[in-house]
Amino acid sequence: MTGGARVALGDLGLDEGAVVALKHALRGKQPGDTLAVEGSHPALAVHLRAWCRARGDAVSFPAGSDAAAVITVGASHEDRWRDAARAGHADPMIEGAIDAHPPRAWGLAARGAAVEAGSPAFDFALVDRDAAWSDEAPRLYAQAAAAQWDPATAIPWGAEFALDGAVEDAVVQVMTYLVENETAALMVPARFAATIHPHFREVMQLLAIQAADEARHIEVFSRRMRLRRDAPGLSTAGGQASLKTLVDASDFAEASFLLSVLGEGSFLSLLWFLHAEGPDEVTREVARRAAQDEARHVAFGLAHLASHARHDPTLRERLGAAIERRHAGLQHTAGLNDEVHDALVLLAAGSMAPAALRSGTERVQRLVGEMDTGRRLRLRRLGYSDDEARALSALHTRNFM
Amino acid sequence: MNNSTLTLGAVAYDPKVVTIWDGFQRWFRAHELDFDYVLYTSYERQVAGHFRGEFTVAWNSPLAWLQTERVAARLGRAARAVAMRDTDQDLTSVVVVRADSPVTSIEQLRGRTVAVGAADSPQATLLPLDHLAAAGLVPEVDFAVRRFDLLVGKHGDHVGGERDAAYALATGAVDAACLIDGNHLSFSRDGTLPPGATRVLAQTAPYDHCCFTALAGDDDALVERFAALLLGQRHADPAVRPLMDLEGLREWRPGRTSGFAPLARAVARFGTIDAFVEELVAGHARP
Repeated sequence: MTGGARVALGDLGLDEGAVVALKHALRGKQPGDTLAVEGSHPALAVHLRAWCRARGDAVSFPAGSDAAAVITVGASHEDRWRDAARAGHADPMIEGAIDAHPPRAWGLAARGAAVEAGSPAFDFALVDRDAAWSDEAPRLYAQAAAAQWDPATAIPWGAEFALDGAVEDAVVQVMTYLVENETAALMVPARFAATIHPHFREVMQLLAIQAADEARHIEVFSRRMRLRRDAPGLSTAGGQASLKTLVDASDFAEASFLLSVLGEGSFLSLLWFLHAEGPDEVTREVARRAAQDEARHVAFGLAHLASHARHDPTLRERLGAAIERRHAGLQHTAGLNDEVHDALVLLAAGSMAPAALRSGTERVQRLVGEMDTGRRLRLRRLGYSDDEARALSALHTRNFM
Repeated sequence: MNNSTLTLGAVAYDPKVVTIWDGFQRWFRAHELDFDYVLYTSYERQVAGHFRGEFTVAWNSPLAWLQTERVAARLGRAARAVAMRDTDQDLTSVVVVRADSPVTSIEQLRGRTVAVGAADSPQATLLPLDHLAAAGLVPEVDFAVRRFDLLVGKHGDHVGGERDAAYALATGAVDAACLIDGNHLSFSRDGTLPPGATRVLAQTAPYDHCCFTALAGDDDALVERFAALLLGQRHADPAVRPLMDLEGLREWRPGRTSGFAPLARAVARFGTIDAFVEELVAGHARP
């Protein structure tokens, strides 16, 4: 007997929780080790006999002993865990915590858990660290979680304002366009959140919170849309064709690039424009809140792709080709629809007065220029040369997203 | 029968039986034993099929073992227990009463009602009733027997009969119920019986349960290969562990027949299998 191992159950029955104490006392024991069991429950012997049999342990009831029973650990004790593997480490900052190719059979296990051998292999699509992981993800996730806001209270829904009818229509048209775009921006990360190996937990969480951000944007844009009007505005075939290429993108890197770096990057300029030019407080505030969230999405897209590009020298070329393919695929479409363009001009103008329209047009032209500048800046941060960045930015969809 | 294939006979007492033997089929084939199986709806059909040569090895209940052993002896053949689960050895059954019952001895069951499982269940009917009879109380004479005849022909493999007997005890419909020791524990843990609400009145002597049964002279070498592979299975092997968990064992043991003696006494007392054995022998004796 090793160290006279002993467990005292008092009058506790195996059907009342004594099995927990027994298992605890048997943990780490080797085959042949013994455990003396003290206890006075009337069914202790009957139940111990059945319980030990099912576990592959032997039990005896020595007469004249102060123990009610002695368990002898069986040969298969803890065999279930013999080949269990630690699924990396819970702390992503520890060297080797994030596995380069986590086995699919680690499945949904918490990173760092001991996973029983023979667990089922999941069909995760994103299983390579180089393509899926970014060291920035834990920090960005924490930031995102801290920055969540309540649409019911964060926006001054009751603010007083009275807009010219045409300007209100323009706001409604812009909101209609935003909802459509943010729906694409919700579906893309949601899809990858569901296919990434959960070993890359923080990335999965970041994608999920990104989808939740977009859900909130869709809500506030829809609510602004309906503040003064019963129905949204127009949805064009060209706009949807552009967004469909994002929703259809099956490669994580390409989708992040087109959506986060280029699309949401351009949207950042648009939302700050709406914050500055919005004709009413509600429009300005929904745009500001959304812009803050989008800035995180862009930051993650950039961080993740910069890290991916360090490991994969062919990535930049592949992403460049993705922009070119998307451009070629969208050549037959109209790009940004007239309705949205005109609505932005009118929204910035604030009225139909000729001078106001001239000013609004200038500001929208400036916006388009700022979007291009922003895209080129981000492309350079991914390692593209000035010329490449200029060329690629010019190919970005005229739909902005 | 293709004599390079080891065919097993098993009784379909639950849909999981297909999962189990399909899994074993994959495992045995991966270990270069061509394994197949046939399912029967009752042990009686399986035993009859065994003597017609429909398969080589039977996965038998203890009662089916006795049936096979008796018929084989009458036909001048020899049956042998090839292997069994560790959990098939040294089971006991218990007779339980409600904790607040005035019954404190077997004798005090006289005139009362005892719930049992299926009529052909060794563990929930035959062995505990034999235990009471040996203590002087004749079933149906000295006390009433309430049978929970779920799936007769399955020899009590399905736990439903015992569960119904336990319910009957918990709800006060009967005075005592007969269960395997392990089921008394699991019913108390899963709430079928409220913990602490029942008391063990009596416990049978240890007995053995299922075994793989072969008839001497039927593909002996193949049976040896089958047994060797089975005994080599380890719970540590993740490829076979789910099957062992489904079958409820940690390791296979060589078959032994000493643990069937208590059941042999019970069926002798109640005449449980005599008619079946006679009928099967007569069928084989006919020209």
